[in-house]
Amino acid sequence: MILRQLSDAFGVSGNEDDVRAVVLDAIRDHVDEIKVDALGNVLAFKRGTGRQRLRVMLDAHMDEVGLMVVGYDADGRGFLKVRSVGGIDPRLLPGTLLQVGPERIPGVIGIKPIHLFEEKDKRVLKLEELVLDIGAKDKDEAKELAPPGTYATFATRFRELGPTVTGKAFDDRAGCAVMVELLQGERFRFDLHAAFTVQEEVGLRGARVAAYAIEPDCAFAFEGTIADDIPKDKKDVSPTTELGKGPAITLMDRSFIADRRLVKLLTDTATELDIPYQFKQPGVGGTDAGAIHQTREGVPSVTVSVPCRYIHSPVALLSLDDFNHTVRLMRESLLRLTRRTLQ
Amino acid sequence: MRELIQKLVETYGPSGAEEQIRDVIRADVEPLADEIRVDPLGSLVVRKQGGEGKRIALAAHMDEIGVMATYVDEKGFARLTRIGGVRSLTCVGARVAFADGTIGVIGVEEKREDLTKLPTFEQLYLDVGATSRDDCPIQVGDPAVFVRPFVAQGGRLISKAMDDRIGCVVLIETLRRLKSTPHDLYFVFSVQEEVGLRGARTSAYGIDPDMAIAVDVTGTGDKPESRPMAVSLGKGPAVKVKDSGMIAHPAVRDLMVQRAKEADIPYQLEILERGSTDAAAMQLVRAGVPAGCLSIPTRYLHTPSEMVDEEDVENSVKLLLEILRKE
Repeated sequence: MILRQLSDAFGVSGNEDDVRAVVLDAIRDHVDEIKVDALGNVLAFKRGTGRQRLRVMLDAHMDEVGLMVVGYDADGRGFLKVRSVGGIDPRLLPGTLLQVGPERIPGVIGIKPIHLFEEKDKRVLKLEELVLDIGAKDKDEAKELAPPGTYATFATRFRELGPTVTGKAFDDRAGCAVMVELLQGERFRFDLHAAFTVQEEVGLRGARVAAYAIEPDCAFAFEGTIADDIPKDKKDVSPTTELGKGPAITLMDRSFIADRRLVKLLTDTATELDIPYQFKQPGVGGTDAGAIHQTREGVPSVTVSVPCRYIHSPVALLSLDDFNHTVRLMRESLLRLTRRTLQ
Repeated sequence: MRELIQKLVETYGPSGAEEQIRDVIRADVEPLADEIRVDPLGSLVVRKQGGEGKRIALAAHMDEIGVMATYVDEKGFARLTRIGGVRSLTCVGARVAFADGTIGVIGVEEKREDLTKLPTFEQLYLDVGATSRDDCPIQVGDPAVFVRPFVAQGGRLISKAMDDRIGCVVLIETLRRLKSTPHDLYFVFSVQEEVGLRGARTSAYGIDPDMAIAVDVTGTGDKPESRPMAVSLGKGPAVKVKDSGMIAHPAVRDLMVQRAKEADIPYQLEILERGSTDAAAMQLVRAGVPAGCLSIPTRYLHTPSEMVDEEDVENSVKLLLEILRKE
């Protein structure tokens, strides 16, 4: 499945080339025009069958969170100093395998072994205190293999566990995969503009210019979103989303308030066809819809997500049922979308 | 004007769900408009075409702060998140109303570590009198507004939604009284101001104005132990100099001051340290727009009892009329 290639592709914000190549291969034969814009967004156009004068934008971001090499250890022993690109929890980094730079050099973030553990080690190390080890013998070699600005990402390979799959970067390769599946299907009645965007994780940057160029009448953003349904010490009164309960529809997050007419289209379609869905807990997070809906004179927007456990970590997990339900809900909803939906 | 104020402040309209308040405003302004439209995000844009003068956007926001249900538990209690700047301080024991009129009471968890501290928002819940998830009349994502009756007492007016229905009133009243103008005016009743000035930004893009003025509320420094602020209730509309989101364009500010002086309308100069208005968003659309803000001094902002002075409201209308009447 396309999610495998997308998840395994290397694409930290600002360095989405690998992902872009996978996307272009996957959609080339299924769309009428493709453009890569100035910031690196893939803008694909799929002509409608001509019965609806409506410009619809679909969006998913290609970039993932990761690390960037910013320097070397003070003693010149070949360790790399790194900073995060996008939101990464430093608790997840010690002991993690990474791939560094275009050659995908293996690297590891290590800490001292448990044998040497002291009371003062009972704390989370900050990213500034950690080093990335690519086995370089000294600073010169480190600098040659990984000059400043080199990107690193988790070295996780996609795996199928059965009804669920694991991999890195499901935020937002899951959304990219949903969009690829939609583009590979039949035409809709309206003109479809799909934007595979860059730099979402550092501030919704690609989507902003993509939406400006597309000038849509309405927009759907696709995400792999937080499923925090793991056991907790206190009774959870508000899980963000739950695995296996279907696509998650955003009503309100930090970045935007979803257009009620589009939400209704989605829930009516789901109810009619008996497709499971859930609402993402209002209030948390932000997506490309935040930038898109503020473009030009405003764009009614909504975000639909595949629930993913452990996003922004070395390995995320999603349910293929949720994924397939998301594709189906979107396809069926888009088949029912007309100008009247927005009146 | 009092009936209009009461009608607007008592109409439901949290950010993102402004349909009801928009319908009420629309009914009042439609007969006065040369053109009227609802733009893509839901703002109501009313055009009053005077002459070939400046194209001016005037914005007051229709939306009010509120809460949104985030989860309904098996016993029928809901959890909440904020819509706009809501503090838990003003929530405990408060009543809120949903779009269909359902009333909820906000409670607070009693098993808290430190009862002397303000509860966090996560410790609040909503009780609509349901006994289970199945008979709970509200669902996740339903927005609600605070409930408090409108009060007029002496010269002071009190409501939970002066911010910014009083600005909407000033725009409507100005539109009613405006006999002629040399300008091409766009009265914008904007959406989603309380969550990030979102409606005015996109409306202003659509209008592409030569000048923009927001009409919104501002704080005062005249209460017991207030933070210092040189704005008081009853001393006239405030001409914004600066707030945390914008510096008013000097020409717009000076125009307001000059018109107030000419017409002998009391005014105050305003510097607001925390908060901003639609003017901040309108200022930055397209290639930039000279923008200012006419503020109505208001006590107890973002509480269920926002208080304004009736004379200040009247003088705001007068000042806006003076600004719009002339070249």
